Amino acid sequence: MTFIDFNFYLFATLLIVAALGVITARNPVHSALWLVLSFFASSALWILLEAEFLAIALVLVYVGAVMVLFLFVVMMLDINVEQMRKGFVRYLPIGALVALVLAAQMIWIVGPVGPDVLGDESLQQSVRHAADYSNTKELGRILYTEYVLPFEIAAVILLVAIVAAIALTLRRRPATKYQTPANQVKVKRNDRLRIVKMDAEAKE
Amino acid sequence: MTLEALNYLTAWPEIFLLTMACIVLVVDVFISDDKRDFSYYLSQLALLGTFAMVMMVQVDGREVAFNNMFVQDALSVVLKSFILALSFAAFVYSRDYLKDRNIFKGEYYVLGLFAVLGMMLMVSANNLLMIYLGLELLSLCLYAMVAFNRDNGNASEAAMKYFVLGAIASGMLLYGMSILYGLSGSLFLSDITVAISQADDSRIGMVFALVFILVALAFKLGAVPFHMWVPDVYQGSPTAVTVFIGTAPKLAGFAMIMRLLVEAMGDLQADWQQMLIILSVLSMATGNIIAIAQTNIKRMLAYSTISHVGFILLGILAGSNEAYAAAMFYTISYAVMSLGAFGIIMLLARKGFEAEEIDDFKGLNQRSPWFAFLMLVLMLSMAGVPPTVGFWAKLAVLKMVVQMDMVWLALVAVFFSIIGVFYYLRIIKVMYFDEIADNQPLSCGRDMQITLSSNALLVLALGLYPAGLMSLCLSVFA
Repeated sequence: MTFIDFNFYLFATLLIVAALGVITARNPVHSALWLVLSFFASSALWILLEAEFLAIALVLVYVGAVMVLFLFVVMMLDINVEQMRKGFVRYLPIGALVALVLAAQMIWIVGPVGPDVLGDESLQQSVRHAADYSNTKELGRILYTEYVLPFEIAAVILLVAIVAAIALTLRRRPATKYQTPANQVKVKRNDRLRIVKMDAEAKE
Repeated sequence: MTLEALNYLTAWPEIFLLTMACIVLVVDVFISDDKRDFSYYLSQLALLGTFAMVMMVQVDGREVAFNNMFVQDALSVVLKSFILALSFAAFVYSRDYLKDRNIFKGEYYVLGLFAVLGMMLMVSANNLLMIYLGLELLSLCLYAMVAFNRDNGNASEAAMKYFVLGAIASGMLLYGMSILYGLSGSLFLSDITVAISQADDSRIGMVFALVFILVALAFKLGAVPFHMWVPDVYQGSPTAVTVFIGTAPKLAGFAMIMRLLVEAMGDLQADWQQMLIILSVLSMATGNIIAIAQTNIKRMLAYSTISHVGFILLGILAGSNEAYAAAMFYTISYAVMSLGAFGIIMLLARKGFEAEEIDDFKGLNQRSPWFAFLMLVLMLSMAGVPPTVGFWAKLAVLKMVVQMDMVWLALVAVFFSIIGVFYYLRIIKVMYFDEIADNQPLSCGRDMQITLSSNALLVLALGLYPAGLMSLCLSVFA
């Protein structure tokens, strides 16, 4: 077993354990943390496949942003875990069946019949690149040259999504009372104080 | 690769429109509500500028840009100029309507401009990826615009239905595209054409992909049996949005059919012809018969759209260059007619009142003879009565169908058109012969009067001189 093989089995085992942890943990926060661990393990597997950019993006985007947001939501919502677990045993057989079918399909295609279906060459080990080869650079090159138009349009679609979401949800509520510190600081004496001239009143 | 190799100047109108849309978006944030008109004028300026640039495009044959992703040819130039003109008129009609309902916001115009950009990209797409992205850009804007009047329950319901069904349709399209990609190994339309012509044992797979793509196209155009969203969306959304949805996107949908079915999958014509016959007959039957039962004019026009889509498909399935030109003529003239009809509905609406029922048109002739006359022209044109453009559109399509030796299909089309005449004539009867029910004077801005009048008169003028538009359509497919 080479060092790379050792690493693969190490992280693959970690990934499976973490994934099992996600669905078996009693506390939803623990589940989310298990999910973070499984993201880390799969990003390590991607590094072994020389897909550094995807590995780093997985950690940055999913662990750094999506999961943190998810943890906030989980902590803020008061989820009754017992209620959600009620059907666990009932749905276990069908879930197990689906998992079994998926596993069988994958074993079928990469196992015995794979070479016939896919052709031998596609199952051979991919080319190992030299240490100075950067797939981040390669991805960037292809995205900003060959695919520059779809890339920009995808960005425009995201912009439209932002505009649409804000246009549909932003509401000014005139009834709400709030303070504006800027106006409070700018206030002049005349805005608050009124001197009323009046004659002294006679004592009755 | 150098910047010149991208040939990006070919897409100059699109780049200008995108820039202007972003400028409107930013400027709109900084102006107060009483100066909101500025965003409107800026958006109209953007459309006019883009129109001028499209007009200036010189195409000899076809020119590709962005590594073959984008194509500028006669089809795209003609369709783009009509899309821009139709959107311009829709914006003019919608201004007073939006103001009366307190939804006169910059976002309406920003989303509208992005939707126009999406349509232009769909029309110029030369790659499956671009077709999909253009379509999503358009649809996303339309979903948001339908829900624009948030306090209206019907609008929210319509937006939700549109969104869910639209997402299913996009899913179908992606299924079809991925199968096609798997079999041909390329996303470029030209490569797919080659792959299909060489396919022997994988042909059945191509037809499988075709079914998915056709279902998605039928969904987006609103052909029976994938029409369920059309009546609800037309009725539920604010009329200012209905007029936008019901006009220019039909041209983009036509372009999508031309690119996907004719350009990429032309060798499968025998297969898609049969499928289109079913869609077309069902659309004409369902649209025309159910429209009779409607009392809401927006819903009635929605069913009339479905029947007109049947006619457009009729032209496409006839499958010759002349037939495609006839279908394009039909699509353009239908978009112009429906623009005018929704314009009149918006004219009759006022603050706190929607002129959505057919009864609201009672005695329109006594209130305003001129606008009643314009509506008369538009309705006659939709029914296909000479001397309006609707007659020539129907005639051109039917002629092509007869030339294809499908006389029975032409007879079916004529039969259902005659049924359809009933509900268009009912509007005319209500306008001219019924007692006036609503005495409020009609009021609208000078800009709307002029645009609406020229819109309806264009329907009449094109009916008297159809040769110009017809030769334009023919030159596209020559």
